Amino acid sequence: MPFTPKKHGFNASVNEVTLGTGDKAVTFGGESTFPFYSFDAEAKHRPIIGAEISDLGYDDETEGYKAFFGAADVVERAKKAAAMDEVAFICLHFAAADPFGANKSTEDCIAEAKAVADAIDKPLVIMGCKNIDKDTELFTKISEALAGKNITVMSAREESYKAIGASAGLAYGQKVSAESAVDINLAKQLNVLLMQLGVSPKSMIMNLGSAAAGYGYEYVVSTMDRVRAAALGQNDTQLQMPTITPVSTETWVVKESIAEEADLPDWGPREERGIDMEVTTAAASLAAGSDAVILKHPESIRTIYAMIDSLC
Amino acid sequence: MALKGLDIFKLTPKKNCKECGSPTCMAFAMKVAQGAVPITKCPHMGQDVIDQLSEATAPPMKTIEVGTGDSAHKLGGETVLFRHEKTFVSKNLFASTICSCMDDAEIDAVLANIKKVDYDRIGERMYSEMLYVNYAEAKGADAYLNLVKKVAGLEQVLILGVKDPEVAKAAVELCKEKKPILNGADASNYEAMCNIAKEAGVVLGVSGKDLSEIHDTVAAIEKLGNKNLVIDVTAETAKETFANAVQLRRSAITDGDRTCGYPSIVNVAKLAGGNTHLQTAYAAMFVLKYGSIIVLDQLTYAQALPLCGLRQNIFTDPQKPMRVSPGIYPMNGADENSPCAITVDFALTYFVVSGELERSGVPVNFLITDAGGYSVLTAWAAGKLSAGSIAKFITEEVQDKVKSRKLILPGKVAVLKGELEAKLPDWEIIVGTTEAIELVNYMRNNFK
Repeated sequence: MPFTPKKHGFNASVNEVTLGTGDKAVTFGGESTFPFYSFDAEAKHRPIIGAEISDLGYDDETEGYKAFFGAADVVERAKKAAAMDEVAFICLHFAAADPFGANKSTEDCIAEAKAVADAIDKPLVIMGCKNIDKDTELFTKISEALAGKNITVMSAREESYKAIGASAGLAYGQKVSAESAVDINLAKQLNVLLMQLGVSPKSMIMNLGSAAAGYGYEYVVSTMDRVRAAALGQNDTQLQMPTITPVSTETWVVKESIAEEADLPDWGPREERGIDMEVTTAAASLAAGSDAVILKHPESIRTIYAMIDSLC
Repeated sequence: MALKGLDIFKLTPKKNCKECGSPTCMAFAMKVAQGAVPITKCPHMGQDVIDQLSEATAPPMKTIEVGTGDSAHKLGGETVLFRHEKTFVSKNLFASTICSCMDDAEIDAVLANIKKVDYDRIGERMYSEMLYVNYAEAKGADAYLNLVKKVAGLEQVLILGVKDPEVAKAAVELCKEKKPILNGADASNYEAMCNIAKEAGVVLGVSGKDLSEIHDTVAAIEKLGNKNLVIDVTAETAKETFANAVQLRRSAITDGDRTCGYPSIVNVAKLAGGNTHLQTAYAAMFVLKYGSIIVLDQLTYAQALPLCGLRQNIFTDPQKPMRVSPGIYPMNGADENSPCAITVDFALTYFVVSGELERSGVPVNFLITDAGGYSVLTAWAAGKLSAGSIAKFITEEVQDKVKSRKLILPGKVAVLKGELEAKLPDWEIIVGTTEAIELVNYMRNNFK
């Protein structure tokens, strides 16, 4: 007798959200199964990949990265990354804006964001410097400057959701990513707060928090597992936003990716370690339920695209 | 299928003799059904009934043992699909691959890599636990048997990838004492392969062209009395392979189909061809979703570092936090005159804080004190991290080894400063940052 495994489909689904405008706008989310469970139901959209372009640290990048991009200029790098078929959106990372670091001015950041937005036709995602006050100012003003572009601002957090939700989400019609710290209850609470503010769930995505593989990654997996189970199994509309996970910003700062071969000859070339760490973390994020991952190295981007392509 | 309490009750003597420790046979049956007591507690059960019930009350997924001595490993035995529901019990094992189609230099390179990539991470040994030995028909049986002979003495558990029963029999003879896996049964040869595996007492790997064929073959082998199996779920494509792995595990655990309840082998080397980064990506996915044995071309250092770290995270028991050993960890070339920074022994705290300290580039003696494996605030609230415990640690373990008398305290326990100053009068107690992420700037600004 032929064996037919039972299907475990759901009647609920993750929200569909569209980033960007024009021909290269991308819609993601929409799944009604656990990630890549195409045997339960075909997914409406594939998970997507964003390329992180940071305004800091080009000199410390690996040889392969520099060989691909050729120059430190942010706009040029954004154009090169956007030209990759595997890349669905560009994540412009204002690491230099940190007031305790390079303290790049908000005006300079706005000018750079505009220049990048003008140079590419793919959707733009803005990532801050993790300083809440500076980020709030950046997200608000860049949202204003790029009104109508349907950009996404990463990280409306518990401390900043009001200002960012009101400006980016309500006044300028951009997409808002709600960032919480690997806990389903915190994620839900922040979504509720943003919705109470009047931000439409269709304008929201979630960053459930991230970590590099080996660095408490079990919390990330379990949070994503539980969020997807609640979104589909209980039709919890407060957890049905698609999930975006910054991977490169977590993986390229851990020892495995920064230790020089000269110091640890057994470990081999740094670039290989960095790529494998980025690829491992991204693959695990996707398998746990990320709808979008943000990566940095072109080889990681190609690899993860090939993986997604082979599973959909 | 799992039995209900009432079904078990029908098989009891119904004498209410209380010899099992339960007040009535009914109460006993209910406890057995929940898995609270073993059926053998009842002294009046016949052997045939015990056999029948042990089978029916067995866990949904079998635990399969491979290897011997220090190289013995358990596979399977999982009871949940998601780690937050309970815990995963048998971590995935990684296998490197050799083949009789390779020349000696290639084989030696794989073996040398296995020796090299072998290290400790938070008290757990990380290495390629298994070695997949693939049979290339074109090279003949002798080449394969010589290869098996060459590696039979290694501590790695061998997986013999061979479908020809004659070659399989000879290969198993060479290494059966070390409990390898014979991965070669399919719909065409399962009777012969089953006999070889049974006689030699080794685990048999079963494969098939699709799930239905795999299921039929496993059922047929079970009928021959062999349940010491693993299922090779590797298909032509990654999509099918993933579907096989997930559906078998789910059918066993959620739908109670015991024929699906065996550990899996996933050959990501086959799926990704020579693309090592793609192998890494697939391996990471199968660490999460139901690969019991993950076969790679080889487990390089670059792959092992993230993959073994991921595995360690996923298979950690949510009730037992991972801990690092208390002690002094000099960072960035710190010596006895470098300042000290202290935190707790919770592995995640250690990793996050040590990463940031390292990035700061400032020499510092990183001190880990015993706090029961809790995070800073939890340990403080539970009384495991106090001025008393820190002072004791500094006096007994640190004072004689370090000349600096500067101690940086986690910002979250700034409240301990006064009491510590009283207990450690020689020391300057400095309140550090609340979040690890602020450490880089803090260290550079204050201690460079």
